[in-house]
Amino acid sequence: MLSWLVALPILVPFATAIIAFFLRGGGRKSAWASLVGCGALLVASIVLLVEVWQRGVVVAQMGGWPAPFGITLAADLLSAVMVLLTAITGLAVAIYALVDVDEAQVRFGFHALFQVLLAGVSGAFLTGDLFNLYVWFEVMLISSFGLLVLGQGKAQLDGGIKYVALNLVSTVVLLTAIGLLYGLTGTLNLADLHLAVMKLDNDGLLTVIAVLFIIAFGIKAAVFPLFFWLPASYHTPPVAVSAVFAGLLTKVGVYALFRMFTLVFTQDVAFTHGLLLAIAMLTMITGVLGAAAQNEFRKILSFHIVSQIGYMVLGLALFTPLALLGAVFYVVHHIIVKANLFLISGLAQRMTGTFELAESGGLYKSQPMLAALFLVPAFSLAGFPPLSGFWAKFLLIKASLDVGAYIAAAVALVVGLLTVFSMTKIWAEVFWKPYPRGDLPAMAIRPGERLALWAPVVLLASLTIVIGLMPEPFIVFAERAANQLVNPDAYVKGVLGGAL
Amino acid sequence: MEVPLAVLVGVLIAASVYLMLARNLVKFLFGLVLLSTAANLTIFTAGRLTLFEPPLIPYGSEAPSTVVANPLPQALVLTAIVISFGLLAFALVLVFRAYRALGTLDGDAMRVAEPEINPASGEPSRREA
Repeated sequence: MLSWLVALPILVPFATAIIAFFLRGGGRKSAWASLVGCGALLVASIVLLVEVWQRGVVVAQMGGWPAPFGITLAADLLSAVMVLLTAITGLAVAIYALVDVDEAQVRFGFHALFQVLLAGVSGAFLTGDLFNLYVWFEVMLISSFGLLVLGQGKAQLDGGIKYVALNLVSTVVLLTAIGLLYGLTGTLNLADLHLAVMKLDNDGLLTVIAVLFIIAFGIKAAVFPLFFWLPASYHTPPVAVSAVFAGLLTKVGVYALFRMFTLVFTQDVAFTHGLLLAIAMLTMITGVLGAAAQNEFRKILSFHIVSQIGYMVLGLALFTPLALLGAVFYVVHHIIVKANLFLISGLAQRMTGTFELAESGGLYKSQPMLAALFLVPAFSLAGFPPLSGFWAKFLLIKASLDVGAYIAAAVALVVGLLTVFSMTKIWAEVFWKPYPRGDLPAMAIRPGERLALWAPVVLLASLTIVIGLMPEPFIVFAERAANQLVNPDAYVKGVLGGAL
Repeated sequence: MEVPLAVLVGVLIAASVYLMLARNLVKFLFGLVLLSTAANLTIFTAGRLTLFEPPLIPYGSEAPSTVVANPLPQALVLTAIVISFGLLAFALVLVFRAYRALGTLDGDAMRVAEPEINPASGEPSRREA
């Protein structure tokens, strides 16, 4: 009876996509349809989250086929909160896109692609079946391809090539890994895999497959040394597109790593999670150093996505309840902050006419409000108290110290410091220094567009402040989500039900 | 039956890696085609392979009478083929468009999105691709 509840976050965006597709010729109609669809998705995901919070894992067997034979949709707290974040990001970007996406792009079906992307992301978060996860990855991927090259600027095509090439390799690796895992265990249901893997005595082969999964999801999540597609492409599409990519896409890879390496691959934690730990530290360092070398607003932010992914993987790699708690908290904080920073970069570009730091400037004087709004996510990203990023980093570093991973803790601290460096660079160049070419052009923003551009930024910034000032309920939440990851029995029981 | 297929998968992957290391993007795509074929064959092989034994249950009984081929991997392969067909079609068109817009098929020469930084001046160098 509850089963439709799990399917709603997938069905709503798909339905919206169809409507938006047919309205794409009607000026702004498809944008409004997209906005309404995102509102509905938000409501659906909140209802789902409340349900999961009160009753535990919510499961739906598609087509009435009992698990593990059919396709299962299952939402535990991690899935539910990821879907909620998808809806929040989707809504913010849909509002922003009312103005930011031009008519030609709307005619080519921007909003339909955008909604399919949201459906793919939600599907990946909710599915309880490995092959189905692959299919959702593809849904997400093909729509992101479309969004990335929409408009066909030279830089977009160039970035698109790199994005498409590396992500296609990743899907093939994922497919191979799934095939081998199926050959070994004879099942694709994640909960059933959890049980099947325990009965297996071929741990060596299983570890090989686990590494294939690390590679496949590692490309999606943009970890070292597989991240090169990200800084090559994320600064090229329209701001609305990069914001939704930055907020959600890599996090699907992170989520998939979380799911697989807490539920299925726990047979050789010393090796797999040790490997993840090394990857996490290198990802943090290379990301933040890459950012330090950049001089373009969105390129800096892109490299920071990479370094932040390192923190999340660190939480998974330490594999203690506190570390997973920190990682879940980090993902929540990061999605909101990152999408917001990209939206702000778009606002700054509208006011100064450029993303290049050297050509930009003067915004603190002319737009103090925007400067204040930039400081919230920027400081949060760097981990200043009392913003959300401080708690996220604090939890992860405490978790590292608890298990004696002093190097990881040191790396996390230093990378936080270097993040401050990049953020102050943007601050000094874009906001503080005077505009290099005389007066700031007065073009800026037409009054009718103001609300659509500012509202999402204010919304996301206030969420960051709320999480920062009242972390308690969020930490309690993340703790329960992490406990579900550490003890997957409830998940397994929920999915397999009577079959156990 | 598994051994020749495993060897074939190995050969396909070797060839595809060779092709994908080329700078020419069309060669890269051909490599990708071979790689996804290899992945499909892997799944196919990972299921049971039997000759002339379709997974059909005789009328009146509840289980197949002999060891039969596993139909699930074949369904998976079918799905994967369809998906990779779509992705490949997109990738081909993308490479074509990029060739028209950027005038090159060499992946290394495509530096519009990430211009090379001249180490001496710190300025992006304007080398024509």
